[in-house]
Amino acid sequence: MSADLNVEDLLRQLTPQVLGALTRRYGHFDLCEDAVQEALLAAASQWPAAGVPDNPRGWLITVASRRLVDELRASSARARRESLTASYAPLLAPAADASSDADRDDTLTLLFLCCHPSLSEPSQLALTLRAVGGLTTAEIARAFFVPEATMAQRISRAKQRLRGASFELPPSAEYAARLDVVLHVLYLIFNEGYMSSGPDLHRGDLTREAIRLARSAHRLLPDDGEITGLLALMLLTDSRRLTRTGPDGGLIPLADQDRSRWDRSSIDEGVALLGDVMSRAPLGPYQVQAAIAALHAEAPSSADTDWRQIVALYNVLGRLAPNPMVTLNQAVAVAMVDGPDAGLSLLRQLDGDDRLAEHHRLDAVRAHLLELAGSRAAAREAYLAAARRTTSRPEQRYLQDRAAALG
Amino acid sequence: MKYLLLIHNNFSAYDEMSEDERNGVFAEVEKIMEDLKQSGEFVGGQGLADVSLTKTVRVRDGVPIITDGPYVEAKEHMGGYLIVDCETPERAVEIAAGWPDARYWAMEVRPIIHTAGVDM
Repeated sequence: MSADLNVEDLLRQLTPQVLGALTRRYGHFDLCEDAVQEALLAAASQWPAAGVPDNPRGWLITVASRRLVDELRASSARARRESLTASYAPLLAPAADASSDADRDDTLTLLFLCCHPSLSEPSQLALTLRAVGGLTTAEIARAFFVPEATMAQRISRAKQRLRGASFELPPSAEYAARLDVVLHVLYLIFNEGYMSSGPDLHRGDLTREAIRLARSAHRLLPDDGEITGLLALMLLTDSRRLTRTGPDGGLIPLADQDRSRWDRSSIDEGVALLGDVMSRAPLGPYQVQAAIAALHAEAPSSADTDWRQIVALYNVLGRLAPNPMVTLNQAVAVAMVDGPDAGLSLLRQLDGDDRLAEHHRLDAVRAHLLELAGSRAAAREAYLAAARRTTSRPEQRYLQDRAAALG
Repeated sequence: MKYLLLIHNNFSAYDEMSEDERNGVFAEVEKIMEDLKQSGEFVGGQGLADVSLTKTVRVRDGVPIITDGPYVEAKEHMGGYLIVDCETPERAVEIAAGWPDARYWAMEVRPIIHTAGVDM
């Protein structure tokens, strides 16, 4: 059993290295990706019984190269085949302990490629999970609650779209913007997993996978402040995973969570990463969000939270990345410092903001602040309005319960 | 985000269409289905058999009462449904607008409630 798990972990870890090596050597990202998936399947069925080969990476590269060459021979036109055969010199796999500079660049290049701006968000997520994360199409489909055929189509379409894209790191002029997309994709994968309520294993896998990918991105670019910030944000947020829902799947707000059950090791790791990076890298939105999460994580209770510092951080975040959602969260923090009326007056700035026009969160936050202000009838109205607008079942139940408690 | 697209139509009105017209509608539907599968947006969907085969079930005082015919009596009925996974609500509406029944009757676009919930 544990041997199986080790094989699975090893394969996921090797996937981007093998795919990167193959793509760098042969081009044809789409065909390489298919070939690597086949090699992974072969390994997953053979290794647990036959044992892991001495050089698993080399084994995978050899098997995948063979499949790729077969595929190219079988499918391509004569002219194309002949021009390619000339370059079929066997790809020598370095020993597993050889210098990994090339692997490092390949994995990073692969990550940039899977988060290519020409792909839709769902395609970026799916392709990253498969090509960099080493998940199977079936696993990804289960995590997103769509049929496997649908997910397979998304992945194959994304690969088609990337046909002809060069397998290189983005040029320096585009680098920062492209890295933003990579971070956003990892953030979305994390959210997909984290936001789902209840003990749904497949979704939890997604959270772990996002953290694993962020860790590997952090290893590849240890000096990037925002990758570190994102990893810290994920760890700090994930530390509350077990306490954010009750046994019935109902949401438990931050203020009411059992803080003794927060995962200390995640918190410590997140805080350490953040402390280190904030002292030496330019500040960015992920670091600020992580810093806010760290203040919550280290507070013994909601009342003993450094709300003043949180308000200050939201001010910084609002300047770095202005967004009505930031204002919403800021209003809650302001209410904790200066009282609910101050929070409510901040919310009034958002009235008429089209980006929130149909969003339930504005009503939900207003309801919370009205409740704090003692306006029970108005709070109840606002909770019910928010409950009607949300498309999330657990949130709807939570909002209806709050309204009922005021009824 | 997933959406349920309810197809409202009137089967008997189909009977009055010419064969060409009917075949045209079916071809349009086939094309849209193929496109949705190609784009990776298709999650599921089925057409429904004739409304005359509908039974409505109510339980009153623990006793099931079964009547023939749909719950809502109307000239138009639900003729089928699609589930799509789209990036935006605008895209779901666009798919609905392209469905032929939208020209004759109507398509209804309903967001599907999900189990995800943000931190409160």
